[in-house]
Amino acid sequence: MSLSISLSINGAARDIVLDDVRVTLLDLLRERLALPGTKKGCDRGQCGACTVLVNGQRVNSCLTLAATLDGATVTTIEGLAQGDRLHPVQQAFLEHDGFQCGYCTPGQIMSAVGLIAEGHAGDDADRIREGMSGNLCRCSAYRGITEAVQDATRRMTAQAAEDAA
Amino acid sequence: MPDTLDRTIRFGSNSGQPMTRRDGIAKVTGAATFTADNTPDNVLHAVYVPATIARGRVTSLDVAAAEAHPGVTHVLTPANRPHLHGDPEAKPTMFSFRIEVLQDDTVRYAGQPVAMVLGETLEAATEGARLLAPTYEMAPPRVDLDRAEPYDVEPGGFGRPTGASHGDIDAGHRAAVKSVDVTYSTAPQYHNAMETHAIVAAWDGDKLHLDVPTQALSMSCAAYASFFDIPVENVTINSPYLGGGFGSKAVPIGPNILAILAARMTGRPVKLMLTRQQMFGPTGHRGATRQRLRLGIDEDASLTVIDHDSLSETSSFDDFHEPAAGASQGLYAAGALRSVHRGARLDIGTPGAMRAPGEASGSAALECAMDEMAEAAGMDPLEFRLKNYAETEPGTGRPYSSKALRDCYLQGAERFGWAGRPLAPRQMRDENGLLTGWGMGTALFPCPMFMAEARATLRADGSALFETSAVDMGQGALTALAQIAADSLGLPVDNVEFRAGHSSLPDGGVAGGSGHTATAGGALHAAGSDVIRQLGEMAAADPASPLHGAGNASFVARHGRLYVDGDDSRSEPFADILSRAGGADLVGSGSASRPPETAAQYAMYSHGAVFAEVKVDPDLCQVQVTRLVGAFAAGRIINPKLADSQLLGGLIWGISFALHEEAHHDPVTGRIVNADFAGYHVPVNADVRGLEVLTVHEDDPHVNLLGIKGVGEIGIVGTVGAIGNAIWHATGHRIRRFPIRIEDLLKA
Repeated sequence: MSLSISLSINGAARDIVLDDVRVTLLDLLRERLALPGTKKGCDRGQCGACTVLVNGQRVNSCLTLAATLDGATVTTIEGLAQGDRLHPVQQAFLEHDGFQCGYCTPGQIMSAVGLIAEGHAGDDADRIREGMSGNLCRCSAYRGITEAVQDATRRMTAQAAEDAA
Repeated sequence: MPDTLDRTIRFGSNSGQPMTRRDGIAKVTGAATFTADNTPDNVLHAVYVPATIARGRVTSLDVAAAEAHPGVTHVLTPANRPHLHGDPEAKPTMFSFRIEVLQDDTVRYAGQPVAMVLGETLEAATEGARLLAPTYEMAPPRVDLDRAEPYDVEPGGFGRPTGASHGDIDAGHRAAVKSVDVTYSTAPQYHNAMETHAIVAAWDGDKLHLDVPTQALSMSCAAYASFFDIPVENVTINSPYLGGGFGSKAVPIGPNILAILAARMTGRPVKLMLTRQQMFGPTGHRGATRQRLRLGIDEDASLTVIDHDSLSETSSFDDFHEPAAGASQGLYAAGALRSVHRGARLDIGTPGAMRAPGEASGSAALECAMDEMAEAAGMDPLEFRLKNYAETEPGTGRPYSSKALRDCYLQGAERFGWAGRPLAPRQMRDENGLLTGWGMGTALFPCPMFMAEARATLRADGSALFETSAVDMGQGALTALAQIAADSLGLPVDNVEFRAGHSSLPDGGVAGGSGHTATAGGALHAAGSDVIRQLGEMAAADPASPLHGAGNASFVARHGRLYVDGDDSRSEPFADILSRAGGADLVGSGSASRPPETAAQYAMYSHGAVFAEVKVDPDLCQVQVTRLVGAFAAGRIINPKLADSQLLGGLIWGISFALHEEAHHDPVTGRIVNADFAGYHVPVNADVRGLEVLTVHEDDPHVNLLGIKGVGEIGIVGTVGAIGNAIWHATGHRIRRFPIRIEDLLKA
């Protein structure tokens, strides 16, 4: 059985014929669309390594069937930077050493982008810790991650204020 | 701060700088390619079936059902598995473990592979594996360490630790006016790097190309070659990034051998990625221990004896005994010291080295026992440790190569605010009424060196290329080693290209034992020095050079120029020397290992002191670690930013050991019932706050040429005990098992 879906991935329109309805968004990206930046850490929504944005919301792509995404807009780690210019969250992770091995990092960064957009945490460290707790880091770069999200939030807020002025 | 080593080793301005990771941009943009990110054309996906019992044999597999599933191409079982040259039950090297590669239908632990399915898609292979639906003839599993029959470990290298005995143990016990006799338990723990084990295997005739994360490229090549009876040079391994290793990615695991066999059988590339559940079985783990510690003190509160007996689990078929009792050697000045290792066989996968093997578990028990001894002595735990401070290595009397532990104690205590801590437990509450406690522990970790080689190429344009098969599993090797390499030639690090993570490069040794920076760094430094030596010879012999005739002088390299040592008026750019010689690249090579005489002469350890604050809900007994201060002395710190990250990670592993990690076996099937991240807990971001790391200055002229001791593992050591002791201080309850759970405190 095959199924056609159309969606936008990192700003590009994609028409995809799914020959297998079991394909998750994560495996679609990694195995079929040559976008392996999104990582598989547990394949059952327990670690957050596969976090991407779907219609602006952070989701575990391993728990999302590709077949349900007709018409959706998907952003992955590969779509975050603008050319050579890093997204403020990427830049902050780099500066605060918010990672070691880098494997959970795409998920952490996408989760942080989603968290900042949700607007609930602001730059409050405790709320950021809570809001980022769906993303495991076995190297345990948590202090750097929290600092990076705080810093990026402040930078993005300042930038937004500047843009509005 | 004055640094006595600068002149002798020509260190430049790179080392000591908190440089940002060189691989950072690749890692924050998703461009860093981990093994399973490779999907070659025509690839087959492999999925194996893990045994769901711990002891018995497989009686049936529904191969027809799997083969009938669309997209399934092959099913591998013991009945059709192709010949494997290497004997999976043999142990050809000290680091070899027995593995399961479908050699028969026996099941010796849950999670062991019993069949493998190959498919055109991951979905097809996954469903095919499910359809195999194995049935078993089951024997009662032996998975309870407390009901197993202990035996004495026969010493024999890796996994069979030697005991030790110094002084008169019985006299030490008799001389004690106060003593403690306590037994601490530690749980089975699984590495669980975020990147599960994975491999992409492709054959080209009798040449084997592997994408596989490995902490030991050269050793892995040799092991794979021996399994498949091909020359070692026919094996190529690409391992540019590891998504964490923690000791589990040093030796080939059975599933990897099966994937390579499958690639040979099918003539197609094969990709295998273990599921998270499969990370609880054939990939090693930190074995559970039961540790009895008997300590005694005299009237003066000096230790008369440390007597440490460690029982550890191993598998029914192979030996890896956690070297936990070794943690009591080398630290406190006791009149008599003994460590004993005993083992017990269970129907589990063979344990292995997991971050701070031996020291993490052994120190957890030792530091808690020391706290109990301090309590018996009526002394502050820090004062008690200072009282028993060892000026030379206990037992052997060897001098330490360096030991700034006293500074760690004092600076850590100062930063934490230890002074004024009440001696008695259950004295402190916070503004919300939470019981508050402070505890501490000492950290100790050996500083091994392995063997590594490196190549340095100085190019005509004055830039350089350094090569060694070092690996970065998150510790920052790609950055710190490049800093060392650049300094060896006196170049800015941006003028240095550094290649690592591939088996075609000179042998970078093993990323383990906290010895990689010292060893691979030593080799890189030696290779750079070889280039300088050759450059000096060329210049000295060249009448056109301002360095002409300075043959007996030594040279130093700074900012891309060669200087006569001690005479800044005589120098010349590298590029000019090379240019007059025809402009060819200049290649140097170097190696590093520890001279045996130095190893015998000095006791070499990193040290640290960890101070913990916990808060415990008096009604619900929920525990939070609210502050951790770790002060560490680990020789020369090449990159303080990355070293801090390593040490912070270690502290959090300490929290994890103390409060979270524990695999539980179902007593009926022997299966691990919490084999995923929902049931096997590791700290999340919300569990972590109030962490501080201090690195104490330490010059070590003996440990190696660069004075590097290593920071990868010591952060865990000391932390576990500090947290356990803080929980006692908060609640008055000594919980002698790790992890410490809410129910332990409710029952206490």
